[in-house]
Amino acid sequence: MADALLRIDDLTKRFGGVVASDGITLAIPPGELHAIIGPNGAGKTTLIGQLTGEIAPDAGRIHFAGRDITALPVHLRSALGLARSFQITSLFLDFTALDNVALAVQAHAGHSFQFWRNARTDPALREPARAVLAQVGLAHRAEELCANLSHGEHRALEIAMALATRPSMLLLDEPMAGMGPDESARMVRTLKELKKSLTILLIEHDMEAVFALADRITVLVYGRIIASDAPTAIRANEEVRKAYLGAPDEQQDAHG
Amino acid sequence: MTEQMTAWLTPRNLVVTALLIFLALVPAYVAMTGNAFLMTLFTRIVILAIAATSLNLILGYGGMVSFGHAVYLGVGGYAVGILAYEGVASGFAQWPVAIAASALLALLVGALSLRARGVYFIMITLAFAQLVYYFGVGLDRYGADDGLTIYRRSQFADLINLGNRTVFYYLCLLLLVGTIYLVWRLINSRFGLVVQGARSNDRRMHAIGFPTYRYRLTCFVIAGAICGLAGALLANHTGFISPATMHWTRSGDLIVMVVLGGMASSFGPLIGAVTLLVLEELLPVLIRLLASGFVEQPVAVRVSEYWQIVLGPLFLLVVLFARGGINGLLESMRRG
Repeated sequence: MADALLRIDDLTKRFGGVVASDGITLAIPPGELHAIIGPNGAGKTTLIGQLTGEIAPDAGRIHFAGRDITALPVHLRSALGLARSFQITSLFLDFTALDNVALAVQAHAGHSFQFWRNARTDPALREPARAVLAQVGLAHRAEELCANLSHGEHRALEIAMALATRPSMLLLDEPMAGMGPDESARMVRTLKELKKSLTILLIEHDMEAVFALADRITVLVYGRIIASDAPTAIRANEEVRKAYLGAPDEQQDAHG
Repeated sequence: MTEQMTAWLTPRNLVVTALLIFLALVPAYVAMTGNAFLMTLFTRIVILAIAATSLNLILGYGGMVSFGHAVYLGVGGYAVGILAYEGVASGFAQWPVAIAASALLALLVGALSLRARGVYFIMITLAFAQLVYYFGVGLDRYGADDGLTIYRRSQFADLINLGNRTVFYYLCLLLLVGTIYLVWRLINSRFGLVVQGARSNDRRMHAIGFPTYRYRLTCFVIAGAICGLAGALLANHTGFISPATMHWTRSGDLIVMVVLGGMASSFGPLIGAVTLLVLEELLPVLIRLLASGFVEQPVAVRVSEYWQIVLGPLFLLVVLFARGGINGLLESMRRG
């Protein structure tokens, strides 16, 4: 518990009468790939929002790398090494793929009150950005306008943006959303590679991917953790089966 | 080399080059024909192009729709006018004060308005501009709403004589080219990419670690300062400053110039300023000539007063069918 990279204590968030986070307590040690699953409306994205700082919790604390970040603004959490990807692709569509990633590199290369030198020819920004694009398999698309990339490429760029900030932990909000089987498989390979060097919190509906990747799985239902255990134990958990009964995810799970 | 030349020869570059050459030759043409009106018109166009270029920095590149940008024209102008009235004729004092006062006001307006988004941002900038406008109306010592006559142009010792209209025109043109270059450097710098990133996706900017507010505010202040300089030039040009310079319709004119010429393009605001102000002069004449073929001369004159009925739909067409303004239209000609 003490050396967890991310520690969430009794996190609570209400929207009117709906309890989106109901006393969530969770500790993720460095190097773990921790998946959070749960039916729609379970409060997964609300949890990510609170971790990144876009949503303020009503109660509870969040510690990251030994520091209380509960009240820290979004950009300072990023500076500490906590990076996120978005469920709905959130990129700079009027920039090229390389510009997108280079901007993320720039965010962590000191302040940007530099008014004269051309940033688009600055090797200190471009080279790390190219390296990250290569890491997610987008090297050949570097100069393409972001708006012209395919959905799968957007998803990969989402990851690249998070990686470019040199994080120690990734918060991935449904990285496989809307992907075909081939693209999903490629994303699983990418994540397997990233898992070697990063701590990852993964929210994902694709059960096949979750069970292929996760070291530990937490099941969230109505904002409350009903189970948090190794994948094999989760698979056998009666309460989890009940919560998923009838949901399409159950079918997928059974096949996988 | 020749390939580079052909790649450079786009309709847009040709038009911009022709426009710059034309602007550089205006004084020569005026000297030959003695058409002083043309000199007055184009000095005004060049000065307002500086203002429009500064607005483009925040509107086009930063996505900050300031509906009160003309207020800095007024503040810059009043800085010159009030100092001159109080006996400080030196441009070395007047111009820095014009720039600093505008920057300071922009800092105040920006600090409050940039917390808001969308329509609220527009309304706050507009409200501030109107506030300063009515402040100008209440300046009894300096002519209130009748304005203030400036009897002498800013004095720069033996360095430059602004009393010479040709010299003054070239100084304005030089400052315009300098402003366009400055903005171009800015938008391609790290600073500029942050500002454009915030326009494109502010949420993502925060997520990757940018506190965008301070960058956008700095950008807002730079734009205000440049426009304040344009205001100092304008006051020197007309020898007069009044609250009317800051009226919200003036701010609207600047927005029209930027949108008409092409937002987020280096030369768009200049193209827009030339187009709008030349049309303002030309349309009444054209309409009168056209109308006099059908009706009596006095009636034709009356009809020509409604030239805005032609300008309005023209602007509408550009907004509806050319998202990048005239600059975008010229650029698409290459691809098409």
